[in-house]
Amino acid sequence: MFNNIIPAFLVGGLICVVGQLLMDLTKAKITPSHVLVGFVTCGVILGALGLYEPLVKIGGAGATIPLSGFGYTLAKGAMEGAQSGGLIGAFSGGIQATAVGIAAALFFGYLVAVVFNPKG
Amino acid sequence: MPNSDLRPPTLKVTPEEYKEITKKLTPKPKVVKNTILAFLVGGLICSIGQIIINSYMLYLGLTKLSAQIAGTATLIFLGALLTGLGVYDEIVRVGGAGGIIPVTGFANSMVSPALEYKKEGYVFGVGGKLFTIAGPILVYGIASSIIVGIIYLLLR
Amino acid sequence: MKNKKAGNQSVFFQNPPVVISGYSVVGPKEGQGPLRDSFDVILKDTYDGEKSWEKTEAKMLERSMRGAIDKAQVPLESVDYILAGDLLNQIISSNFAARQLGLPFIGLYGACSTMALSLALGGMLIDGGYASKVLCSASSHHDTAERQYRLPTEQGNQRPMYAQWTVTGAGSILLADAGNGPKLTSATIGRVIDYGETDTNNMGAAMAPAVADTILNHFQDLNRPPDYYDLVLTGDLGVLGLQLVTELLKRSNLNIRNTFTDCGVMIFDTEQDTHAGGSGCGCSAVVLTGNILSRMQSGEIKKVLLIGSGSLHSPASALQGESMPAIGHAISLEMQ
Repeated sequence: MFNNIIPAFLVGGLICVVGQLLMDLTKAKITPSHVLVGFVTCGVILGALGLYEPLVKIGGAGATIPLSGFGYTLAKGAMEGAQSGGLIGAFSGGIQATAVGIAAALFFGYLVAVVFNPKG
Repeated sequence: MPNSDLRPPTLKVTPEEYKEITKKLTPKPKVVKNTILAFLVGGLICSIGQIIINSYMLYLGLTKLSAQIAGTATLIFLGALLTGLGVYDEIVRVGGAGGIIPVTGFANSMVSPALEYKKEGYVFGVGGKLFTIAGPILVYGIASSIIVGIIYLLLR
Repeated sequence: MKNKKAGNQSVFFQNPPVVISGYSVVGPKEGQGPLRDSFDVILKDTYDGEKSWEKTEAKMLERSMRGAIDKAQVPLESVDYILAGDLLNQIISSNFAARQLGLPFIGLYGACSTMALSLALGGMLIDGGYASKVLCSASSHHDTAERQYRLPTEQGNQRPMYAQWTVTGAGSILLADAGNGPKLTSATIGRVIDYGETDTNNMGAAMAPAVADTILNHFQDLNRPPDYYDLVLTGDLGVLGLQLVTELLKRSNLNIRNTFTDCGVMIFDTEQDTHAGGSGCGCSAVVLTGNILSRMQSGEIKKVLLIGSGSLHSPASALQGESMPAIGHAISLEMQ
């Protein structure tokens, strides 16, 4: 049951290393926001090409927790939606598959923003 | 546009030469140290995620898919909470991309602008700023997933 | 009428205005730095009881203005003008601080060069006979600047090693046509210089050419030897900017051998993790009103050249890919 933790650590760590190298070795214009957008989009593309699936199989949470995993889930959902619901499914599938994550981020984000004040 | 060609006296260095000097003197990021820290912090967050998912399956009897979704939501909550407590920016200061790329970093990018601009009201301040950085992520993620779905349909 | 202009860009004061008092208010981080003993007020936290950091900054600036007037023991109404500026949009900190004082107010924007700019203009007003007392002020606040120019303070981000830390602080100097204290003897107004730096984290590199240009013109205009000053002090170039300006001056054949340093380098310890040092309008304002004035009054240093350095970009211009224009204004203070 708990033997999947070390693979999660390794895969998750390596994905983050890619992001760190992107930030350190490229121009200063690459901000955290650019890295996040890039990772989601790459996740969608890799997911669509079937190249992200093996990472998820090996790393579990190590591949789904990084934002590229969010992209992978979006792509997977869109393809499954297209399979079962045609064009409408292609539009709704991605959001459906990630709905809980988006809603959670929105809801918890709002709550925290209301309760706390920035510390600086 | 950079200006040179100034009335003398002025620098006996052209903007091109200056670019070289700046490049030579600008300290480089500590790539090796940053990379190791990103690996450790990112790996740690992902393994905490895995432990949460495992426990949801073991103790709550959730299916693998539900446990994954619930685990992700839990991490988002933790990321948001740590941002509110003023801790998450410290995690990223040390861990760099290791703190930015996991969903906890996504939560941080939503909460931090909302928190910061709360003084500007609950509609434009909190409501609007929640999407300053999350907006582009969702726009590019969802739009590209729709394109993927359509291509999938066409190739089927 | 005698001409008080010297060379291309400089003025010298025939009846040099006197710095009769200075007052500095700083945030907690600055209060832990190496200059902590020289500040008049150190805030316990970055809010200081206010609801937002913008309010704190305006309050800090007002406090430094009143502090300088009280220290000089002159009535508030005897001040002819307030010259003040800060980094926020529409210079709100200065506007709101001036609202509380009810004195004639001239708002300035010179980015981080504001303190030197306000002193240069204040000197001209007094020596020109248009005023007998002018209050010159500038302020910045780390958190208000950070969110206006960069990212929300709680957003995770790794700052590059050459990035600087905006100083939380406000400084005010009361200039008068007579009195005891260091005299403002000359000023050099800078040109806007842009050597093509586009990285908004690298303000030192953006500002160094403008500062070096102003220094070259100052020494030529006033025909002063390079070792005229005991201390040549740049506003907020930081570690990298100071190295760059030294290199630029060396290549332009001006060798200032005396102590050549930077307020941004002085204000923080390397252990404080600010990377390249301090920046912001408040940086040179509090170092000048705190450390430098007291060292001049004690006689440790007699002649000081301060070159305030400002980067004149905005977040919008940076996003549109424009390089960062910069400016440097110099003022000389001399103790007789």
